[in-house]
Amino acid sequence: MNAALVGDGLHKQYGNVTAVDGVSFTVSPGEIVGLLGPNGAGKTTIINMILGVLAPTAGTIHIGGIDLSQHRARALSKTNFAAVYASLPGNLTIEQNLRFFGLLYDIRSLNARIDELIRQFSLEHLRDTKCGLLSSGEQTRASLAKALLNRPQLLLLDEPTASLDPSAAQIIRAQIRALTSGNGCGILWTSHNMYEVEEVCDRVLFMSRGKVLLSGDPRSLPRDHGAATLEELFISLAREPLVGNSGEAG
Amino acid sequence: MKLRPVAGIVLRQYYLLRGSPVRIIPTVTWVGIDILLWGFITRYLNSVNGNGMDFVPTLLGAVLFWDFCGRIMQGVTTAFLEDIWSRNLLNLFASPLSIAEYVVGLVVTSVLTSSIGLLVMLILSTIVFGLQFSSFGLPLIAFLAVLFVFGITMGVLGSAMLLRFGPASEWLVWPLPALLSPFAAVFYPLATLPQWMQWIGRLLPPSYVFEGMRGLLATRHVQFGSLLQGALLSLAQLILAAILYQRVYRRAVRTGLLARYSAESVG
Repeated sequence: MNAALVGDGLHKQYGNVTAVDGVSFTVSPGEIVGLLGPNGAGKTTIINMILGVLAPTAGTIHIGGIDLSQHRARALSKTNFAAVYASLPGNLTIEQNLRFFGLLYDIRSLNARIDELIRQFSLEHLRDTKCGLLSSGEQTRASLAKALLNRPQLLLLDEPTASLDPSAAQIIRAQIRALTSGNGCGILWTSHNMYEVEEVCDRVLFMSRGKVLLSGDPRSLPRDHGAATLEELFISLAREPLVGNSGEAG
Repeated sequence: MKLRPVAGIVLRQYYLLRGSPVRIIPTVTWVGIDILLWGFITRYLNSVNGNGMDFVPTLLGAVLFWDFCGRIMQGVTTAFLEDIWSRNLLNLFASPLSIAEYVVGLVVTSVLTSSIGLLVMLILSTIVFGLQFSSFGLPLIAFLAVLFVFGITMGVLGSAMLLRFGPASEWLVWPLPALLSPFAAVFYPLATLPQWMQWIGRLLPPSYVFEGMRGLLATRHVQFGSLLQGALLSLAQLILAAILYQRVYRRAVRTGLLARYSAESVG
């Protein structure tokens, strides 16, 4: 079975600035990989490259075994995303948004799929509400419903629970976790909430200054590197990037 | 090219119109005002003109045709701007939607929204001011086809400018038809213009339409060679505009502009 995502030697240069510097990683089917790092580490740059809206200066991306640069539409039909900075158009209702994106992703039996997702994310009473009128938590649930429309093999989640209360966040985490066991969806997850990362992710990649500094199990990494918690490890890595890293992970 | 993603783009614009009927008002109001204004001007000119020349088909017909062309352009750029205003570009371009499907969706949307304006113009100009479209005969279809293609070309060009220079460049895009109108010989023969303006005018397909229209009304004869030249020119320019849009898009992907258009922070 193909890996959900393979990034190989990814590099992004803006003039003299190196945003991503030779990063390689994989996300296996059913695996949740946390992409961690301080602001400006290169996480969103990597996500944008995987989404096909930013071309890498060097390196390749394969989604479900398909080369993104060669077969953009086929590769992107196997992926989807939800990010706090890419909310659904606020002037359409939830159902209209799901129908609109369902057509863009060429989903068959779209009516049934929309009903299923609206039920899954408890959005029945908000079906005909414009997304701009939803609370942050409701918008997150609507974005996740959109992100699952095409039953993606790879799901990119950029701080998906950032605006949710702890209870709602827990429910969302459980639902996303269930996805990986249900249909083998691989997930690349960025978050600044280390408690959440420990609970959800099978593996994490620590990034700083465009490079992957560390990778491993979020529950054992702190102990292996002399930190009490994942948060403590995060802070020490963010302030003093490790020397002699290979930029390789996965 | 798949039809369902194209239908998705059109459906989104339909939802916007249905959810906020106020959006229809500009497509109807401005063309209505134009027809009324120029309709009364032609009536006045007819009343003071001693030689019996009818200004209705030449002036009012020209206004109608030029407005039609401008509405087609605005239909394309407005649909694109809707995606910019709602910060939807990242959602769109991170989907399997191809650039060709997106642009075709914008064009179909424009045809539908422009039809509303065209209908208002036709009703007002025929019922209130007695414009007889039968006086143009079958060449009318060719005239409208050339203007339609040129309207799409301007729309694609305008969208490329928006993508390249950012949302603020909409203030450069809106006046495009007004900027071109002096060269396009909308209201007067191309020969009226100084030589350098005529050269520019000959590069604009609408000038062939309006010259043809005036020739038809004056002599009951159309110079099909000239009209064909305009049609070929409009098709060539459409292809060039599509290539330009594709290049601007690729540059936006390469430089990160497309990602930054929506994302507030690029890590």
